[in-house]
Amino acid sequence: MRRRGLDQSDYYRGVRMAPYDLVKELAIALVAVLAVVLILAGVLSSPDEPPVTIQSWAQHAPLDLVATATAELQGQTISSDYGPPYNIDRDAVDHDRPAGASVQAFGPIAPQSWAGVHIPITAASSDVLHPLQLASASDPKLAQALLRYRAAARAQRSTWLSRYAAELGHAHMAGGLPVIADPAAAGPLPTMMATLLLVARSGGLDGLLLQSGHFYQTDYTGPLLFLGDGRYLPGLAHAQHLLGDQWGMMNETGRYPGQAWLWLYTLWYQIPPYSTASNADLLVVLTMGVLSALLLLVPFLPGLRDIPRWVPIYRLIWREHYREARRRPRG
Amino acid sequence: MAEGRRAGGSWTRALRRMIERELPTEHLLPDQEPAYVASWVYVFGVVAIAALVWVMVSGVVLAFFGPQWWHVSPQGHVVNSIHFWSVQLFFIFMVLHLWGQYFGATWRDGRATTWMVGVVVFLVSIGTAFTGYLAQQNFASQWIAVNAKDAINSTGAGAFFNVLNFGQMYGLHVMLLPIVITTLVAVHLVQVRMRGVVKPIETEPS
Repeated sequence: MRRRGLDQSDYYRGVRMAPYDLVKELAIALVAVLAVVLILAGVLSSPDEPPVTIQSWAQHAPLDLVATATAELQGQTISSDYGPPYNIDRDAVDHDRPAGASVQAFGPIAPQSWAGVHIPITAASSDVLHPLQLASASDPKLAQALLRYRAAARAQRSTWLSRYAAELGHAHMAGGLPVIADPAAAGPLPTMMATLLLVARSGGLDGLLLQSGHFYQTDYTGPLLFLGDGRYLPGLAHAQHLLGDQWGMMNETGRYPGQAWLWLYTLWYQIPPYSTASNADLLVVLTMGVLSALLLLVPFLPGLRDIPRWVPIYRLIWREHYREARRRPRG
Repeated sequence: MAEGRRAGGSWTRALRRMIERELPTEHLLPDQEPAYVASWVYVFGVVAIAALVWVMVSGVVLAFFGPQWWHVSPQGHVVNSIHFWSVQLFFIFMVLHLWGQYFGATWRDGRATTWMVGVVVFLVSIGTAFTGYLAQQNFASQWIAVNAKDAINSTGAGAFFNVLNFGQMYGLHVMLLPIVITTLVAVHLVQVRMRGVVKPIETEPS
């Protein structure tokens, strides 16, 4: 017993057949598409904007790097209190909340927390203190500053950090180093951050941030989170129209098409309630999941599967067929 | 009798008979088709496959020479440009093919799974392209990774699918996902050849 429509000899009974060369059609398509691709590649090339390094960040926006490193120590960057999968949101724990400010939830459902901390990141340690510790081996002044910082009470460190962060708002660069009005009020931080900046500018911090205890390295989670915490990387992205509110996910650097097929995904970020929701990412992903399921199940969904009959585009698709049917004598 | 039992119990013969029954060579490589197949809408599927072939060929060359090659070699940049534009054309043709099939309601007469496999190819292709953008090792990769991590993490998938991990994204892009796409496209084509091209809307059997 064959299912209806699956036996081609039955299905095509009474249908006029015509010669057809599948292999020739594919060969012609391969040559034609290759020709178009080669023309586009030859004339338009392809985008390749060089990556940002910690070194280039230190050279082009040194105060932003120092401010970001200070904020990492304060625990006030995106990655420092991100929550799963990178770390536990301390603020949420302290205030007995199920999910931190960075953890997106849909009502009581917070899938971000389900798998816990799988990729441990402690930004203050990995981005600032650990690199400085390594650099202090040949720098007694830095070693002393680090010792003072680590030995200080939490409240004292917090005071130094707050004052230094405030001073950075009015700082300027002189001799390649940040100059603040009252360095004494910031304790050891001016010494620590000056060294961090020097190491970063030399390119050393790029390597130190990738230290994982292995010789080979392919995981850039730490450095990318650090770059993302600053203003330099988003500033460059803004200039290239790549931010979320600039339809960023479907744009590309330069004047090239990007992932245009993400237009619907990107669209939601531009309109309320998605554009103003604190859990916008989760809402957009859920919405796209539902829409993808609808697309998948179109053959079974009344209404969606009937639209092609209501919109007579099929008459254009099979125009010759219908024209021939009209010409055919009735009987 | 014993001969018959042996023949009936042979999985190999059963598979061969099923293939001969479901996909005889005249269906796999037909030299004639219904006259209504002479429509521009059928071109999009063929050119999408052609573009996919060039995506794969250029991708194999890029993978062979390694992820940094095309940044430093003029020849590598040309191959990357071929890869880039092949991908763009693949998506354009695939979307046109998808819309063409939708407005022809081509899931009719037992072809629903053909439509569904095609949609899965479309969705997996989006994921494959996404990992490709993350594996470029340039500014776009950095920004897309930093920007996209929040959406992936919000679903909980970020614990296992780390867009900031170049090694993971590169491995998925050059190995696993191309195998998935190639397999799904092959299944899609076999489904089309097994069932034949659906009739125009008003001539279908009542």
